[in-house]
Amino acid sequence: MATDFWIILTASLVSTCCAILGCYLILRRMAMIGDAISHAVLPGIVLAFLFTGSRDSVTMLIGAGAVGIFTTFLIEFFNKQAKLQADAAIGVTFTWLFAIGVVLISVFAEQVDLDQDCVLYGELAYVPLDTIQVFSFTNEIPKASVVMLVILISILLVIRLFGKQLLITSFDPAYASSIGIATTIWHYVLMSMVSATTVASFEAVGAILVVALLIVPAATAYLLTDDFSLMMKLSIAIGVLASVSGYYLAYWLDGSIAAAIAIVCGIFFSLALIFSPTQGLFKKSKKMVMH
Amino acid sequence: MENLIDFFSFSDPNVRYVTLGIIFIMACAAMVGTFTFLTKKSLLGDAIAHAVLPGICLGFMLSGTKNPLVLIPAAFAFGWLSLICINFITYRSRIKEDTAIGLVLSVFFAVGIFLLTIIQKNGNANQSGLDHFLFGKAAALVMEDIIAFSIVALLLMLLTLFLFKEFTLISFDKDFALSSGIPVRTLEILQTGMIVLTVVIGIQAVGVVLMAAVLITPAAVARYWTDNIKTMLAIALITGVFSGIAGAYLSYSAPNMPTGPWIVIFISTLALLSFFLSPKKGIINKILKQKRYKRQIQDENVLKTLYQLGEKTNQFFLSQQEANISDKRFFAKNILSNSLHRLMRNGFVSKQKNAWQLTDAGKLRGQRLVKIHRLWELYLTTYANIAPDHVHEDADTIEHFLTPELEAALEQQLNFPEKDPHQTIIPYQ
Repeated sequence: MATDFWIILTASLVSTCCAILGCYLILRRMAMIGDAISHAVLPGIVLAFLFTGSRDSVTMLIGAGAVGIFTTFLIEFFNKQAKLQADAAIGVTFTWLFAIGVVLISVFAEQVDLDQDCVLYGELAYVPLDTIQVFSFTNEIPKASVVMLVILISILLVIRLFGKQLLITSFDPAYASSIGIATTIWHYVLMSMVSATTVASFEAVGAILVVALLIVPAATAYLLTDDFSLMMKLSIAIGVLASVSGYYLAYWLDGSIAAAIAIVCGIFFSLALIFSPTQGLFKKSKKMVMH
Repeated sequence: MENLIDFFSFSDPNVRYVTLGIIFIMACAAMVGTFTFLTKKSLLGDAIAHAVLPGICLGFMLSGTKNPLVLIPAAFAFGWLSLICINFITYRSRIKEDTAIGLVLSVFFAVGIFLLTIIQKNGNANQSGLDHFLFGKAAALVMEDIIAFSIVALLLMLLTLFLFKEFTLISFDKDFALSSGIPVRTLEILQTGMIVLTVVIGIQAVGVVLMAAVLITPAAVARYWTDNIKTMLAIALITGVFSGIAGAYLSYSAPNMPTGPWIVIFISTLALLSFFLSPKKGIINKILKQKRYKRQIQDENVLKTLYQLGEKTNQFFLSQQEANISDKRFFAKNILSNSLHRLMRNGFVSKQKNAWQLTDAGKLRGQRLVKIHRLWELYLTTYANIAPDHVHEDADTIEHFLTPELEAALEQQLNFPEKDPHQTIIPYQ
């Protein structure tokens, strides 16, 4: 029972972080950049692993996170300096870095305790096995939960302090720079948060499913409301709900937990796509009749 | 070394088939990918590659075998379904295309992974090797796979060549294609089908995640070396096939090395080299060109200043101290000195003791710049109705770039005026 609790809690923490950041990514039309970052941090993770010899160090978070930011920089560099069209710039950059990561894993297979499948879909079920004692008066709690909690608090702090800047630069970059907000800085602040979240949740949910958690809950919420803060709350609620029900789906059918969570997110999105009161298919056809 | 000889002698029948299979796959992906690249649909290739996974798993679950005749149609169906979903979401809701791509990609992939973990836990003896689809393992391909894939690849390549003209037209000018009665919609559907099929046969070699690179990157490489689509197709083809052979060799000599990622590293390295080194569009050339322009502008500004100093006394070949030049128009000290030395090497100025004087060639060039500057100012005040005190900046820029043809046209148009808007004499040779 305790295991279930920790798995669900960690999954919920991951999906909460992703759900918050996803709202910004979608508004900025940067969903695929999020996808690219989540793939491209792989070489950073492997290298950090090689240098520090462990998975859960701060070094890894910083090192691999830096690779994530480097990815966005590279994409922009190829796009602006080499005039490579945006879609190809994203595609070329992340596949290149991901390939390097996979090759590094093969080369250092003996030193690096990461396997290729874990890269793709993580293993939430192992989360409760790796514990740490944070305070002397508590029981040991899983490391992954602690790390995700720290990331979540950091994200919430950034949003509490700089939510306005992030929001304005997302909605209207031209206006933002005209009132003296440095759009580039906030771009990289957001990218840093996405990179850190991706790296931290890598082990739990893997490179590709973290994309599902970044994009799908936020996209679902986007279909349900026009109010940004409500969108963010809905997105978090959808992410957490999917984490809980995904866990039981995986338990029932004996499959990957992370994949099950992503599937439930997909189901929620489909429901919103069809039944959303303002955006759904039925609403639209009604409008057409009224014309 | 022995490995190299072993490999390229192709004496091992397994090596022969695998390499041949990879060559076909890479060639096909490069050709189809070129058009994907040109129509800016690169990321759709990525989405399809992820989305075929549930198809493969479901095909396996229903049939219990890894027979390509079952898996290819199943994968194809899911690849196609993912495109329908992306289109549906994009057109029927306010979700943007990139979000729709990422959404469909990750959810389909999740379904695939979910099915894969279920299959793995069920312990079906046949299932081993199904996870090769994730990262690609060309060496694990069996004869029947290779034959099936090669035939499909060959067909796709022939189809591309056969419809080359039509595909080119719809990639570059869809409106014109529509108006000339070409069945654009049918061709687009055909093209999409070809992308899906390429992905389906390609993922065995390079895996789901990296399939996008095999489609996009060779075309991106080629784009940096040519503007001609036929040449582009050829370069993409060579890039893809070369990287394929290199990757196959590597995983032959080191069997625990994954083929796909190595192929992608080879293509990507070529791409990075192209981005930087391409003579026309490369980053390095661009930086050099900018530097060259900057220098040219600096040199010309110095010449112009020397000419203007001469204009005061009507003696153009007097020696001028560097401080004198900087008084007339400010130049940073080392920039001025560099410019003057460059100009000396090219015979536009000469140095006497510590002072500089124009040569005949230098005077002529300086005079031309001054003339163009003043003509342009006059042109702007006369024809664009801009106030005389607003035209200097613009003239200061254009004087470096105006071609002799435009210069002549300007003189004609203004009918060789004597004075500019500031009542200064315009010098003619």
